[in-house]
Amino acid sequence: MIEHIAAIVVMLPIISSVFVMLIRNNSINWLISTTASLITSIASIMMYLQISKNGNISYAMGGWEPPVGIEYRIDEFNALFIILISIASFLILLYARHSLNSELKENKISTFYSMYLLCLGGLIGILSTGDAFNAFVFLEISSLATYILISMGSDRRALLSAYQYLIMGTIGATLYVIGVGLIFVLTGSLNLHDISIRIQELELYRPLYASLAFITVGIALKVALFPLHAWLPNAYAYAPSVGTAFLSSTATKVAIYLLIKYLFLVYGYDVVYSNKIFVFVIIGLSILAMFGASLIAIFQSNLKKLFAYSSVAQIGYITLGIGLANYNGLIGSTVHIINHSIIKAAIFLAIGCIVFKTKISDTHELTGLGKKMPVIAILLTISSLSLIGIPGTVGFISKWYLIIGALEQGWWLVVLSLAISSLLALIYVGRIIELMWFHQPEDALIVNSKSLPVEMLAITFILTLATVYFGIDTRLTAGLAEIAVQNVLLGGQ
Amino acid sequence: MRLDILLRISSKIFIPFIVIFAFYVQFHGDYGPGGGFQAGVIFTSAIILYTIIFGSTKALKDFPEWIFHLMIPLGVIIFAGTGFLSIINGFNFLDYDALAHYPKHGQHIGIISIEIGVFVTVIGSMVSIFYAFVNRGKK
Repeated sequence: MIEHIAAIVVMLPIISSVFVMLIRNNSINWLISTTASLITSIASIMMYLQISKNGNISYAMGGWEPPVGIEYRIDEFNALFIILISIASFLILLYARHSLNSELKENKISTFYSMYLLCLGGLIGILSTGDAFNAFVFLEISSLATYILISMGSDRRALLSAYQYLIMGTIGATLYVIGVGLIFVLTGSLNLHDISIRIQELELYRPLYASLAFITVGIALKVALFPLHAWLPNAYAYAPSVGTAFLSSTATKVAIYLLIKYLFLVYGYDVVYSNKIFVFVIIGLSILAMFGASLIAIFQSNLKKLFAYSSVAQIGYITLGIGLANYNGLIGSTVHIINHSIIKAAIFLAIGCIVFKTKISDTHELTGLGKKMPVIAILLTISSLSLIGIPGTVGFISKWYLIIGALEQGWWLVVLSLAISSLLALIYVGRIIELMWFHQPEDALIVNSKSLPVEMLAITFILTLATVYFGIDTRLTAGLAEIAVQNVLLGGQ
Repeated sequence: MRLDILLRISSKIFIPFIVIFAFYVQFHGDYGPGGGFQAGVIFTSAIILYTIIFGSTKALKDFPEWIFHLMIPLGVIIFAGTGFLSIINGFNFLDYDALAHYPKHGQHIGIISIEIGVFVTVIGSMVSIFYAFVNRGKK
């Protein structure tokens, strides 16, 4: 069975999502989805151990050998993300049951679990596949599932934001396919590894750069890189809390992985970074994201939207590391993908707890929450602080690597903007902390008497603890990221 | 008695042929142009014609909606089940060689079985979308 593990990790969530759709009993479906994601997590960890022992896995789908057939290629870089995605979705599913019961209509919950698993399967598919067109198919599978997840929010505006994302996502996917088509014309191959070899022999640079531009912009729409981020805040704000936590900790991260994979493993460092305009655009947009999105976040009154804009800003940090493209910058990016995943899951799950108890959506309604719900308020405070990058939290680790990376390049302006954007994060996070702790609760704040379910509190607590733990002991996160960058992205140099 | 007798009689003659043509496209799919998707759409067009001619009330009674809701996941299960059958027989996922003693026969069986999966899912989703439009404003 172990030799089929690459196929099983992808197919298990997808096939379970189908069974969930057939069964339509909310409690049983919760059990099926949680079990499926638990097995996927265990399998992904086994897969990582397998790789570190025996080297990369190459799995020929349908028995057709690559480069003709579809190849699933697992190395230390994508195996790391498969572990991250599957464990994050397992934890969020454990949390999900009561939160969904309170936020969704009863007849929609089964569909939610089904689409959640389908999205998970699609995301793991993007991570595992070594085929350009197969990646597109999985991109569509996960996106279609995402649109449905967003549209299920209790607010009517959820439908509009899902539709907005559908339009933007479709444009992104179209641009991606045009890029893949150009590559196919140039190289005659769809296997990413095969393409990366054939690209070396090309002399026609103009169409190659055109394909690079199409693919980068197409994926950047999915990543929500700053000027293309318009779909993200509404989508995060109106999706069910569990859906927001899932999307923010997985979907954009997988898109960033795809971008890194294309830049470093398909086109290669020499093709991409010999083009100074490309580097300038990536760095420029990242810095714009860090400033622009943080500034918008400062003036947001909707709680979830505030953290959604902060996600756009944090994505800027990750793409900044891609733009730096040196050892420390790439580790910074990889670690920040992991760390931001943990932070945002913790924050949105904490918000889910608050919504479960009070049904608030605006920041000013948080006034005096520290007195009424002290435990959740403490957890939200800690995870928000790691967003700023206070030493001792995970945010500090990733920014540290990014700053070292920028210093190695000698780009002082980048270092300065990293520092200033952290200050901006301090403002919007500080506003929330101030509202929660330094004001008397308003009478309008109604806390219902439903006691918070243990597992919701426990999962939020575990994730918040992780933001502190991985900020102190970085052997697991930064260690694995170092291995991934060293062995895969930089080709073991 | 309604005055659309010509339409009703001619569609009664047409519908069986449409369905047979759908099956022809389905099973011809591994030799020539065609396959599960096209066949599913042709089959759906028969149901749509039936609904237009005989009215949605009668169509919903003769072909209840839940059948089509069931067909969407069922087709995926047929498709993925074929894949897992290959794994169980010790081959890679969706390797049709696993499905018979002689690899060429295995490929044949494999393609037909996944195309049936596609056929079932396409009918399910197409008719569900059509019914969703037909039922609008009724509830």
